[in-house]
Amino acid sequence: MIAELGLAVLWMAAALAVLQLVAGALSLRPATAHLAGVVRPVAILQGVLVACAFAALIWLFLSTDLSVKLVAENSHSAKPFIFKLAGTWGNHEGSMLMWVTIMSLAGGFVALIEKRLPENTLIATLAGQAFVSLGFYAFLLLASNPFERLPEPAPEGAGLNPLLQDIGLAFHPPTLYVGYVGLSIAFSFAVGALVTRDVGPAFARAMRPWVLGAWIFLTLGITAGSYWAYYTLGWGGWWFWDPVENASLMPWLAATALLHSCSVLAARNALRTWTVMLGVVAFSMSMVGTFLVRSGILTSVHAFAVDPTRGSFILALLAIYIGGALLLFGLRASTVTEGARFAVLSRESSLVFNNVMLCGILGIVLVGTLYPLLTEAMGVKVSVGPPYFNPVSAVFAIPMMMVMAVGPVLRWREDKGGRITWQVAVPALVSAVALLAVELLFAPNLLPALGLALAPGLAVASVQPLVGRNLRRTPLPIYGMVIGHLGIAVALFGMASEGAFSTERLAAMNPGDSQQVGPFKVALQDIGPVAGPNWTALEATVSASYAGGEPTVLHPQARTFANPPGNRTESALLTRWNGQLYAVLGEEGDDGRWQMRFWWKPFVPMIWYGGALVALGGLLALLGRVARDVKRLVAIDKIAYRRERQGR
Amino acid sequence: MFSASRHSRSCRAKSRHQARRQVSRLRSTRTVGVLLLTFLAAFTLAPPAAAQDMLPPAPYAYKQLADPAQEAKAQALMETLRCLKCQSQSIADSDAPMAGDMRHQVRTRIAAGEDPEAIRQWLIERYGDYVSYTPQVKPITWPLFAAPLLFLALAAFLLRGRFRRRKAA
Repeated sequence: MIAELGLAVLWMAAALAVLQLVAGALSLRPATAHLAGVVRPVAILQGVLVACAFAALIWLFLSTDLSVKLVAENSHSAKPFIFKLAGTWGNHEGSMLMWVTIMSLAGGFVALIEKRLPENTLIATLAGQAFVSLGFYAFLLLASNPFERLPEPAPEGAGLNPLLQDIGLAFHPPTLYVGYVGLSIAFSFAVGALVTRDVGPAFARAMRPWVLGAWIFLTLGITAGSYWAYYTLGWGGWWFWDPVENASLMPWLAATALLHSCSVLAARNALRTWTVMLGVVAFSMSMVGTFLVRSGILTSVHAFAVDPTRGSFILALLAIYIGGALLLFGLRASTVTEGARFAVLSRESSLVFNNVMLCGILGIVLVGTLYPLLTEAMGVKVSVGPPYFNPVSAVFAIPMMMVMAVGPVLRWREDKGGRITWQVAVPALVSAVALLAVELLFAPNLLPALGLALAPGLAVASVQPLVGRNLRRTPLPIYGMVIGHLGIAVALFGMASEGAFSTERLAAMNPGDSQQVGPFKVALQDIGPVAGPNWTALEATVSASYAGGEPTVLHPQARTFANPPGNRTESALLTRWNGQLYAVLGEEGDDGRWQMRFWWKPFVPMIWYGGALVALGGLLALLGRVARDVKRLVAIDKIAYRRERQGR
Repeated sequence: MFSASRHSRSCRAKSRHQARRQVSRLRSTRTVGVLLLTFLAAFTLAPPAAAQDMLPPAPYAYKQLADPAQEAKAQALMETLRCLKCQSQSIADSDAPMAGDMRHQVRTRIAAGEDPEAIRQWLIERYGDYVSYTPQVKPITWPLFAAPLLFLALAAFLLRGRFRRRKAA
């Protein structure tokens, strides 16, 4: 019953999306302008209905209704509650339903609160949003129905993949999806503005919170995903340039560029076409990401050919949306004027430079991700990995970070070089000293050395915009920028340090043996069995003492899951202020000794602290902007209220 | 349960990589994935893999070289070689028996004084270009190396156009 209800509600929501699109499009003609009144309520209702459908699916998973195919294939009655919940979106159909739910809720929210934009631009935006959701409704209802019943209820579910039964991964996909969907809203704003030829600061201000929000979630999603890979895969790697990782990195790069160009448009009414273009690119990248992840093309081009329905469907959607948006952009771009002008030495210029560099990195990641698929289709398998991505993206990233150090202290429109001599000299000096010290003391490889040198300079530079300001009166978005840039410096330092200073120790050990790993002395004390709710494990007891200090006890595990059968290493981490000790329990050798793996990774947690700081910076900026918007809305309401009273 | 057999251990490695792939794709069609993997394994790796699974890991699969300089060399090379049974992991990041065997090969050859690039070439001859994460410069990969230059040129062009217009204005 619940499943049928969910499906019915989903169809109704799809029908409302059609209405929203048609009414929205028609209301742009003067003859049928009265239809505009329908669009907002329909958008809100559509959001509510999809949320009900998603709630129905969650209910089915929580109650483990095994007559529903999706539940039977992906859940199990003996799973802990939290993973039953997460199982709702830990599969293809459920995750697509979640995507549509977040998208429609966001659309409804825009309809509910957005009051800054001219009415017809907003209606065009909502129609654009309906157009995007319709594609996903079609995909869900025609090619991946989450509510499908089995002819006979299954006796027991197949369970959730052990790797997915991790709290980090339970919330990783929703985080990324919120990011993707936020970009779809930005895209709809761009389409709305293009349709009504209304690209200006009001459009940028309406779009900015969505871009910021999406960007915060993407940042968090990527950071969490990287940490998950680091501690789950058991070899201490934190970024693999895996196509799936790249699929989430590309929208982030585009969103970062969009965010900055949006700020220029909102503050200075410059970079109009550029901002709209980036809006289209950012959403295209999340579509490309979805296509890569969902179509199965990544496993191999041939896997894609085995079950091409879904892949072709998403590919068609991709072509329609991106092609359509680019066509609209091509037709209308010439009518959008450039906007305000600025000098070569100005904050706008530094932002333009960095936008171009971000797009360069984006291009590299895109080519590096898609090219192997292309050659495979031609019958040649090649691999593109870290040895390609690292140096090539550094070619763009290093100049970008240098400009990023200077940009925030430049003035809008035009600046004089002499004014900022000190602000450039101090970080440059810090970096030069750091480079010299690193080279003399450690002489690591080129890229880590550059990273270790750049990071301190960048950190100093990122707090410079606060110098000479009244800290209590500094607006929140400025703090957001400072913290965000500082986060980049911190993350860069962590990455470079991991690359330069990691030490590895692989050892076959008996209980009682000890080993030296960097500054740590580690001793294997014992190995014994433990059991969890739906797994059993071998657990090692390892004591680790830093530079002869008090020992700390670690418990790396090798877990065995029964439903479905599978195994997972549970690495044990010992975090100090200056790095992490990473311990893994491997296999038992023929001689009865245990394969232990240890890494000492100096400052590696800074990678994720940095990511978190970047997200925090975004959050502060968002709070600052939203607070100002709310104040403005309240003021508008008050004025309207007064007028009404005076009218009486 | 204390001494898990070789077989289940190797399954562990397998299921992990298969799992990583599934994680990446979050696909519900696990059965398809499993079938596909079995299919791939059966066709590409079956005889050696089956043999490997029965054997204990080669000595240098989980053991470092005594000379730190040699070990560093081996590590640097292993990080740029693809584990053929995994999704997007290097042989330095993998529990798959085949990756262990390749680590053993790399370490023993480095210890014998072979040049890392010569070892890479030897592996490419056996497994094809796919095994190397460093793309080989060949006609088929030229676009890959042209792309950064193209993007740089494009960036320079965009920026120049932008700033020139400013000056003229």
